[in-house]
Amino acid sequence: MADAQELGQPVTPQLAIFFVLAAIAVIGALSLILQRHPIHSALSLIVVMIALAGLYLLMGSEFVAAVQIIVYGGAIMVLFVFVIMLLNAGAEERTNVSKLAGVAGIPLAVALLGFLAAAIARSNESAQAGLQSGTLANTKEISMMLFKDFVYPFELTSFLILVAILGAIVLAQREKS
Amino acid sequence: MISSLTSFLSAHATIIVYLVKIALLLFIVLTVNAYLTWFERKVVAHMQSRWGPHRVGPHGLLQPLADGAKFLLKEDPTPAGVDKFTYFLAPLMALALALTSIAIIPFGPEPLHIFGQNISLGIADLNIGILALFAITALSVYGVALAGWSSNSKYPLLGGLRSSAQMVSYELALTMSVVGVLLLAGSFNLRDIINAQAHHPERGILGWNIWPQILGFICFFVAAVAETNRVPFDLPEAESELVAGFHTEYASFKFAMFFIAEYTSMITVSCLCTIMFFGGWLSPFPASWTFTYYLPSVILIPFGLWVIWDGIRYETIFGRIILPGVGTAITAIGALLILFPPVNEFIQGPFWLLAKIFIFLFVYVWMRGTLPRFRYDQLMSFGWKLLLPLSIANVVITAGAILVWPMLKNWVNL
Repeated sequence: MADAQELGQPVTPQLAIFFVLAAIAVIGALSLILQRHPIHSALSLIVVMIALAGLYLLMGSEFVAAVQIIVYGGAIMVLFVFVIMLLNAGAEERTNVSKLAGVAGIPLAVALLGFLAAAIARSNESAQAGLQSGTLANTKEISMMLFKDFVYPFELTSFLILVAILGAIVLAQREKS
Repeated sequence: MISSLTSFLSAHATIIVYLVKIALLLFIVLTVNAYLTWFERKVVAHMQSRWGPHRVGPHGLLQPLADGAKFLLKEDPTPAGVDKFTYFLAPLMALALALTSIAIIPFGPEPLHIFGQNISLGIADLNIGILALFAITALSVYGVALAGWSSNSKYPLLGGLRSSAQMVSYELALTMSVVGVLLLAGSFNLRDIINAQAHHPERGILGWNIWPQILGFICFFVAAVAETNRVPFDLPEAESELVAGFHTEYASFKFAMFFIAEYTSMITVSCLCTIMFFGGWLSPFPASWTFTYYLPSVILIPFGLWVIWDGIRYETIFGRIILPGVGTAITAIGALLILFPPVNEFIQGPFWLLAKIFIFLFVYVWMRGTLPRFRYDQLMSFGWKLLLPLSIANVVITAGAILVWPMLKNWVNL
């Protein structure tokens, strides 16, 4: 019943923008899978990233939105594009689709969709609250959270990244000798 | 009819003001771009004992118009085998992102009061100003990289590869070098960053960020020049090796779009250097020296008189008509500023901001006229092994100083 009432509400500009951004993200994600050429897929993924940043902005978290574009839209995707260009990868060739994918994949995908939808439907209230309050936005609060409340997980993550960087350097060095 | 129009205007005043501001800023930026090419050609020419553009209009002043018309009228062939969508997207993306970044720059401290509206100078006053600019910079790599890839030609591909590697490498140093300024200001907002440099109005130029952040400024400026693909970091379009690099296969107005994007990012970088390290619209003189308010007039009037004098002796009749007219206008503006003190006071902020931006643009051109291009391996090792460690050191030093300084003050007082 509560859902029906909410659907009956007039469409606010915020809601309209949300649906536009969500549609862009979904279309981008579909195009990512359906495109034949890796560069086009990468471009679609960039569109998804930017649409997600727009959603964060809509929730009032400017900082997360900017970081989303800088890190995911910028740095990471540039590396994707760079590697694709460096390998000069051409369009994908159609191979015989694996039969297992059809038999097991589609039911699994539907099941995953169902679980996600159920989970999101249940946590409806908290999502609404996040949309309206917009207090989780502030740069200061985020840094307080990172460096005070979650300082150990944060440092552990940085340590993991450092290990990964060292691993990459070791792998790159081995080729020379 | 008229009453309904005025009611419509007053009902949508905010959005109309924004649209007018955007249109005006676009017009100004594109005009400045056009005359920046003229300025660059003139300055580099004089550095090399040449005349530079001289035939189209007096002192070649109509050359940018001629260039623009040429860009529009040239044949625009699309090479065979290009990836059509990406090939057309790349110049659009480069231009759109470069122009968007200007929207975040504030151009003056006080809002303008016209028709009962408070019109602030600048379009978007964002809390995350500088981060938003970095987000735009992060995306602007794609314009160059995709142009190189989609052209289906080896030189553009090499140029695109080089530029993506270069921009990713220098983006790190660029971002890190700003952290010191952000720590001093305690904000991402560009207005707050400028106001943080005005805490002691009597110090004038000594209060600017350039003194405590000189290391940060050096890192920032070098990295920013590399981000804008300008000499000595113009490897992506190195003429001697790559024909014209990433835009080899682009002709006509698509080429012009890359060109405009490059010059617009030059303007953005000059704005950022001014705002973050050189006090933005703050005057370099102590606030009590009110006689420095006449400086705009002191510069404009002699310049206008010189243009008149030069125009009278000019060799073509067209020049003898146009140049004295322009000179009279400049002199008149200078004189009006003396006659109307409120206007003069309002103009101070924008005057200093624009003067500093102009100096940075001159430095850009100066470097183009003086410095040779880096070799590719030098470029990479310079970015990763020198610039990035230096900018990180700057963050550590600044953070340490901010931490220790209050303690030191207390200790001295005791």
